[in-house]
Amino acid sequence: MSDSTIEVEVDHHGEHESTGIEHRKLGMWVFLSSEFLFFGALISNYLLYGGRDFDSVVPRDIYDIPFTSFSSFVLLMSSLTMVLSHDALARDDQHQARTWLFATAALGTVFLGGQVFEFTEFIEVYGMTLTTNPASSSFYLLTGFHGVHVAIGVLMLFSLFGISLRRGRLSERQGLNLELVGLYWHFVDIIWIVIFTLVYLLSAS
Amino acid sequence: MTATASRPAATIFRRPAATTGFWSWITTVDHKKIGVMYGYTAFTFFLFGGIEALLIRVQLAGPNGDFLTAAEYNALFTTHAVTMVFLFVMPAAAAFMNYLLPLMIGARDVAFPRMNALSFWIFLMGGLFLYSVIFFSDPQAPLGIADATGTTVAGNLDPSYNTLLGGLPDGGWFLYQPNAGPSYSPGLAIDFAALGLQILGVASLISSVNFIVTIFNMRAQGMRLLRMPVFVWMMLVVAFLLLFSLPIIAIALFMVTFDRSFGTSFFQAASGGDPILWQHLFWLFGHPEVYILILPAMGIVSEVIPVFSRKPLFGYAAIVFAGAGIGFLGFGVWAHHMFASGITPVAQAAFGLATMTIAIPTGIKIFNWLGTMWGGKLRFTTPMLFAVGFVSQFVIGGLSGVTHAIVPSDWQQTDTYWIVGHFHYVLFGGAIFGIFAGLYYWFPKITGRVMNETLGKLHFWIQFIGFNLTFAPMHWLGLQGMVRRTWRYAPEMNMGPWNLAATVGAFIIALAVLIFMVNWIWSRRKGQPSGLDPWDARTIEWTIPNPTPEYNFASNPVVHSLDDFWHLKYSEDDEGRPVRRPDADDLVVRLDHEGRNPTEPIHLPNPSYFPFIMSLGLPMIGYGVIWHTALWGKILIGLGALTTIGGLLGWGMEPLEEPHDDHGHDGHGEPAIAH
Repeated sequence: MSDSTIEVEVDHHGEHESTGIEHRKLGMWVFLSSEFLFFGALISNYLLYGGRDFDSVVPRDIYDIPFTSFSSFVLLMSSLTMVLSHDALARDDQHQARTWLFATAALGTVFLGGQVFEFTEFIEVYGMTLTTNPASSSFYLLTGFHGVHVAIGVLMLFSLFGISLRRGRLSERQGLNLELVGLYWHFVDIIWIVIFTLVYLLSAS
Repeated sequence: MTATASRPAATIFRRPAATTGFWSWITTVDHKKIGVMYGYTAFTFFLFGGIEALLIRVQLAGPNGDFLTAAEYNALFTTHAVTMVFLFVMPAAAAFMNYLLPLMIGARDVAFPRMNALSFWIFLMGGLFLYSVIFFSDPQAPLGIADATGTTVAGNLDPSYNTLLGGLPDGGWFLYQPNAGPSYSPGLAIDFAALGLQILGVASLISSVNFIVTIFNMRAQGMRLLRMPVFVWMMLVVAFLLLFSLPIIAIALFMVTFDRSFGTSFFQAASGGDPILWQHLFWLFGHPEVYILILPAMGIVSEVIPVFSRKPLFGYAAIVFAGAGIGFLGFGVWAHHMFASGITPVAQAAFGLATMTIAIPTGIKIFNWLGTMWGGKLRFTTPMLFAVGFVSQFVIGGLSGVTHAIVPSDWQQTDTYWIVGHFHYVLFGGAIFGIFAGLYYWFPKITGRVMNETLGKLHFWIQFIGFNLTFAPMHWLGLQGMVRRTWRYAPEMNMGPWNLAATVGAFIIALAVLIFMVNWIWSRRKGQPSGLDPWDARTIEWTIPNPTPEYNFASNPVVHSLDDFWHLKYSEDDEGRPVRRPDADDLVVRLDHEGRNPTEPIHLPNPSYFPFIMSLGLPMIGYGVIWHTALWGKILIGLGALTTIGGLLGWGMEPLEEPHDDHGHDGHGEPAIAH
C-alpha cells in the first residue's frame, strides 16, 4: 500500500478540496457573505429611523465628523497593515509579519478607543442613550455590533501576535489563520466604510 | 498556552474514546450519529407539536368550546407553529442532510465535523431553552388588549390558565410587534421565544456554512456539481437561503430582545417605533423560511420517484435550476404576507407579480416528477406512496398559494382558515409527506433493515385520509369567514360540522403517526434485512453496506455519471430501455464485501467534548439576559460567555485528529480502522 502514496495522501482524511480552496477559507468567505446581510439589516434599520424627527436628541445632530473621519482613517490604515503583515509572511519575513500584525491590532484598538470616546461623549454631553428614541437605539445597535466585530478581530489578532511571539515564528497553519483573520478584518473595514458613508457623512445635519 | 496541531495538545480533558454508550453520543463528530440524533430529537418535538395540535382541535371541535381558555389557546397555536417549523421540519431536514450528504457526494464526513456536532448541540439547547419557559410561567400575565399602562382597553377574555400550557409563548409564530412587545405581552414567554429562536438560528447558521463548504469541497472524484443527486442540490439551495435569511431574523430578534429587556422602542409605536419594520424584517426571513422547509422534501421525492419509476429523473438540470430559481425568487416576495398591512399599491402589485412567478419553477418541478413517472415501471412501495402523496398534496397547496398573489383576493383570505388550510397542504402534505418518504426510503441505511411494508402502507393511507379530512375543510371554513387564531366561534356561525370533521381528521393523523412509530420500533429489530441495495437504487449512497460503516466508503469512490450506481448495474437496449447487466448481482455482492473490508487504514476525526461544552454557554447567556436586572443574571451571562469561549479555546487547542502514522498505530485505539 505504501507505494500509492499520493492516492493515500488524498484519501486518508478525505480532505482534498474539489474547489482547490482550503475548507476554512471557503468557510470564512461563506460566513462573511452572511455577515453582509447582518449589517445590511442593521444599516437599513438606521436608515429608516435616523432621518426621523423625535422630541429628543438624534444622532445626526451630534455627529463629530472630523473625529469620526480620523478614527475611520485609523481603521482603514489597519487594513493596509494587515495586508503588509500577510505579504511579509508570504515572503517568510517573520519579523515584519509580526510587527505589522501588532500594528493592525493596535490600530484596531485605537479605533475601539475612539468609539468608546464617541459613545461616552454622546451619553454624557448630549444625553443620547440607547433608549432615547428609535434613532439613537438603531445608531447604538449598529455601531455597537460593528464594535463587537472589531473587538473580536482585535482579540484574534493579538492571539496570533502572542503565538508568533512565543514560538518565534508563525507556522504554515498559523499563516492560514492569519489569512482568515485578514479576510474577516477587511470585511469589518469594508462595512465601516459603508457605515461611515451612509450613517455619518450622508445623514449628518 | 496555545498548542498547534503539530504536537499532541495538552488539553483540559483526556480525549474521549468511547465508541458506544452515552458518552460516545455526547462526544461524537460522526455525521451519521449526529444525523440520527437530529432525527430522534426532531421527532420528539414533532410529538410535542402534534399533541399541541390535538389540544387545539379539541377546543375547536364544536362551537363555544371550553376545553381551553383563551390564554392557553394562544399559547398552544403559537408553540405548535414554532415547534413544527423550527424544532421539527428544519432539524428533520438537517437529519437527512447530515446522514446523507457525505454518502451522496462520496465523502467520509463533512468539512467541519466538530462544527457539525456543535450545530446539533446548539439546536438541542435552543429547543430545551424555548420549552423551559413552562417552568417560569408568570401567573400575572394579563390578557386581552391593554394599553401602555397595562389597563385592559379591549377584550374580556378569561384570564385564568393552566400554568403549564398557558405560560408557553403566545404571540403567534411571527411575534408581531408591538403585540409581542413589552406592553402587551409582559410575561416571560416572548423573551424565551425570541432568545430561543436566536439560539436555534446560530445552530442553523453554523450548519449552513458547514454544508456549503462540504458540498463545494468534499465531492468525490468525478462528482461534478451537475452529477450531484437532486437532494444535495436542494439542500445547497436551502443552505444559502439559511445563510442569507438568518442574519436578518437575528437582527430583528435582537431588536425585540432590546425592546423587551433593555428599554428601546424599535417596534413600539407608542414611543415612535415602527411596527411595519418588524413585519418587513420578519417576512424577509419568514418567506425564504417557507422554502427552507419545502425544498428538502422536494429533494427527497426527487430521489425516491426515479428509483421506483425505474427511470432517470426527467429533466435533471431543469429541476436543479428550478430549485435554485425558487430560492432566488423566494427573497423577493416577502411583502405578500403584508398586503393587509397598508403597503403602497405599487408594492402590492410588484410583490403580487413576483409571487405569481414563483409558480413557474414550482410548476416545472411538478412536471419533472410527473414526467419521471410517465411511462415508468412504477412500484408503489411505501416511500413511493409518500412521494406521490407529496406531489398531489403539494399541488393543492401550491394552487391555493397562488391565490394569495392576487391582492384583492388575498384581502379576503388573509387571517382566515383558508390560509391555515393552504400552508398545511404545503407543509404537512408537502414537507412532512416528503420527510416520511425519506424515512422509509433510507431506513435501511441506518439499520440494515427494511421497514415493514404492510404497516407502512397502512400508515400512508390512514395519514392521507386523516390529513385531507383535517385540512381540506379549513378551506371551506376560511371562505365562510372563520378567522385564524380564533379561540371560539358562535353556534349560529354554522361552522361546527366542518370543524368537527377537522378534529376527527387530526386524531386519524395521530393514529397514523402511532402506526409509524410501532413500525419503526418493530422494524429496527425485526425488519427484513435489506442487503446492500433493497430498492434497486441509482445513487452512490447505496454502493456501501447497510447499516453504513463508520468510515462510509472503504475506498474513495470515483463517479462517472449522474445516477452512477444505476449505470453500473444497467445498460440500455436499442430503444433506450434499461437492461440489467449480467454481472450486476455479482457487483452488488462484491460491493457489499469490499465495503465491509477496507484494505487500507482509514483515519476519522476523533470525538470531542468541546462542541457540547460550547453549546452549554448559549442557554446560560439566554437565561442571564432574561434576568439581567438581577445580580445572578449578570453572573450567568458571564459564566455562559466563559463556557462558550473556554470551549472554543479547548477546541482550538485540540487537533481534529490525534497524530498518527500510517502503520495502523493509533494512540487512542480509535477510530483508525485498519485491515
